[in-house]
Amino acid sequence: MTDPVYRTDALIAEDIEAYLEKHRHKTMLRFITCGSVDDGKSTLIGRLLYDSKMIFEDQLASLESDSKKVGTQGQDIDFALLVDGLAAEREQGITIDVAYRFFSTENRKFIVADCPGHEQYTRNMVTGASTADLAVILIDARKGVLTQTRRHSFLCHQLGISNILLAVNKMDLVDYDQATFDAIVDEYRDFAQSIGISDFTAIPISGLAGDNITSASANTSWYAGEHLMQHLEGVEVRSEINQAKPFRMAVQWVNRPNLDFRGFSGQIATGVVRKGDSVRVLPSGKTSTVKSVVTLDGELDQAIAGQSVTICFDDEIDCSRGDVIAGADNPPEAADQFEATIVWMDDEDMIPGRAYWLQLGTQTVAATVQAPKYEINVNTMDQLAAKTLSLNSIGVAEVTTDRSIVFEPYTENRTLGGFVLIDKLTNRTVAAGMLHFSLRRAQNVHWQAVDITRDQHAAMKNQRARVVWFTGLSGSGKSTIANLVEKKLHRMNRHTFLLDGDNVRHGLNKDLGFTEADRIENIRRVGEVAKLMSDAGLIVITAFISPFRAERQMVRSMLLDGEFIEVFVDTPIEVAEERDVKGLYKKARSGELKNFTGIDSPYETPQNAEIRIDTTAMTPQEAADKIVDVLLGDG
Amino acid sequence: MTSKLTHLQRLEAESIHIMREVVAQADKPVMLYSVGKDSAVMLHVAKKAFYPSPPPFPLLHVDTTWKFRAMYDLRQQAADDAGMELLVHQNSEAKERGINPFDHGPVHTDMWKTQGLKQALDNYGFDAAFGGARRDEEKSRAKERVFSFRSASHGWDPKNQRPELWNLYNARKAKGESIRVFPLSNWTELDIWQYIHLENIEIVPLYFAAQRPTFEWDGGLFMADDEERLERVMGKKPEITMRSVRFRTLGCFPLTGAVESTAATLPEVIQETLLTTTSERQGRVIDKDAGGAGMEKKKQEGYF
Repeated sequence: MTDPVYRTDALIAEDIEAYLEKHRHKTMLRFITCGSVDDGKSTLIGRLLYDSKMIFEDQLASLESDSKKVGTQGQDIDFALLVDGLAAEREQGITIDVAYRFFSTENRKFIVADCPGHEQYTRNMVTGASTADLAVILIDARKGVLTQTRRHSFLCHQLGISNILLAVNKMDLVDYDQATFDAIVDEYRDFAQSIGISDFTAIPISGLAGDNITSASANTSWYAGEHLMQHLEGVEVRSEINQAKPFRMAVQWVNRPNLDFRGFSGQIATGVVRKGDSVRVLPSGKTSTVKSVVTLDGELDQAIAGQSVTICFDDEIDCSRGDVIAGADNPPEAADQFEATIVWMDDEDMIPGRAYWLQLGTQTVAATVQAPKYEINVNTMDQLAAKTLSLNSIGVAEVTTDRSIVFEPYTENRTLGGFVLIDKLTNRTVAAGMLHFSLRRAQNVHWQAVDITRDQHAAMKNQRARVVWFTGLSGSGKSTIANLVEKKLHRMNRHTFLLDGDNVRHGLNKDLGFTEADRIENIRRVGEVAKLMSDAGLIVITAFISPFRAERQMVRSMLLDGEFIEVFVDTPIEVAEERDVKGLYKKARSGELKNFTGIDSPYETPQNAEIRIDTTAMTPQEAADKIVDVLLGDG
Repeated sequence: MTSKLTHLQRLEAESIHIMREVVAQADKPVMLYSVGKDSAVMLHVAKKAFYPSPPPFPLLHVDTTWKFRAMYDLRQQAADDAGMELLVHQNSEAKERGINPFDHGPVHTDMWKTQGLKQALDNYGFDAAFGGARRDEEKSRAKERVFSFRSASHGWDPKNQRPELWNLYNARKAKGESIRVFPLSNWTELDIWQYIHLENIEIVPLYFAAQRPTFEWDGGLFMADDEERLERVMGKKPEITMRSVRFRTLGCFPLTGAVESTAATLPEVIQETLLTTTSERQGRVIDKDAGGAGMEKKKQEGYF
């Protein structure tokens, strides 16, 4: 029994070339299935795979034996085992991670992202939704619209999936009752409108009995719409929609096989590019003309959204990885401050103010996230006050990047609007984000061009500007050595200034406490002040515990190469605690002082400090001499 | 007027994007080349991704010494055609101890392939390795990311994978850690065959039916690619029958089952593939180790 939507074995057997020609011109639809636990998701996917002959006899045999061993359907086949491929999933009978499955009909190839339903796997659902053109939201006809239905619809809508298919499943268990179906559709419509979903298609189905899956069911004669496969085969796919948009391509790689060839390789995000088109390279804004669109199969007259190509220009303008090539007449914006929706995906909470890597298109920059404006309760859609975001939570926050990035709002362009955040130390992908718009102040606050440069400031003082950054535990000897360094430089007629941790907290930073977020902000402000002073040509000396590598790195990246000199005052905690100059260790040990570095708050040892001072082997004066030698040694 | 990309064009464009991301982000990438049909497609796509430059990384064959002779024949030629360097690694310990598929069962795969691969990656200091695996091959593969992060000891933790959104791939890692990259993740067996057909890609002749010397062993049908060597390790001469056979996948010849077939051209092979009722890995002995989670367990230990 072969349904007409699936491949015709007759054609394969008779005329394989004709079949292949047909297969070659299939389009591809990526979709996601979501719904709550036990709504029949796995059964539906199992059926789609089975009907399209994507399950082979040997796989079916092992599925049958697995079903008897670890299945949840008694002696029947448990289709969930077909998609739950990890040992832990089979043991626990739940889906933990996204599985990608494949099947095809006569006209289209499909990639299904099968996503777990539980709230704790929100990040996996978001992962699956990010590449989908369509979402199948399954509802158990006996249960109606549930919390998970709402959560998944909301997430799919946030991720920009415009095709929503509401599959009201298990119709066989409610006697194919039209009133039940209509009531569910009405309830869903009210909810959908409330979160901004303007359109969806509802189909009454039974995954188990096969109603309205690949053919119209006689059991639902009251339903006149498309069956499931008809809808999946007919819906417009994203690549076609993206073609109608302006041309944008992020440069991945500069292709230079020899001196005569310089091409820019990338995958076209939106629009069409033709030989002879005027293009603009962003963020520089330089314009050029497309000389050729190069592929191994020959030069192309035009290339469209979704294609990976190499573009050559008429002239040698500057262009490298991270730049975006766009149509000359309507290029996208560049900015460094944004509002964005952020889905937090890491076990460790978001730390407002900490610098993370932000990857968008082929651009990678350092970025900080402010405390969220609000967090969204994904079950009720309520906006809640929040100080941070934890695993699987979604919020809206401001994001600041350390330099301008080329972007478009996510709703207009997924490629230039969707980003991930990466922890700088663990390298884990910690969040996904969707840009809304750039903040007005980023557009209106411009750098004021000044005539006297930082080099001129420094030249007048006969020195090169530097920031000497002392880091180490409380009581390690930072302030003592820093003071000696400044005295010595002063005697040598160098213009210096010492920024001391305690002193700054009496003024500039007196509003800050000692939580992790406040400590990060403390260092950020000190970094900015040190940078301004170095612009004035001074040798700035700072003495702060500055316990986190990420923040020391943040200050380093504000300055030019070679200007930031990290001095690690390496004193074992036992020695520092024994000295206990300010009596702070005693207080911390007794519990009077919270968040004390080395006791109940971590200290991250520098990995690439320019100078390391071992205070157990060197006097403060020897240390100061060594630092001044290094500092002035290279002019 | 819009033109539509066919699904093969979309798959190809996606694979190219993935390969370029690796080259842009990794320090020292390498492409694992096993001389099979998926490898052939991966190499072909690599040529397209970097044209007119040759692919900017070497090919690495982790050799078990038990591959079919026809595979060894095609190996160097494929690398030369692509303008790439070919590296071959054989685990010297496995060689000294004479590890073979007959006496050592799963140890053969572990020593030659898993340990061999780890040694090669460590020796050369590769931090990203392309592999031609597809998600439709096996159920734990269906759950694996395109960029599959491996610890310094090459372990895969299926429960702790980096979320992979849109077409953004995070290739950051600490020293010693590495990433396995699967640019053909979203291709199916039929896509591979069709692409080979359309693009006229050369593959090992063993995929096409011919009269070959075969013997039955452990319930399967195998080809006697090297009768003398077989006799040496099996302790007796295998009973050879000439049969018209071909292979759906290629690995070590004593571990890769042949299928009886008369499909001698690519269209015939595709036709047979489409009409078959068993999966392509059905003849692969190694998938059946350790129950249903055999491949997952191997991958956790560092297998591809």
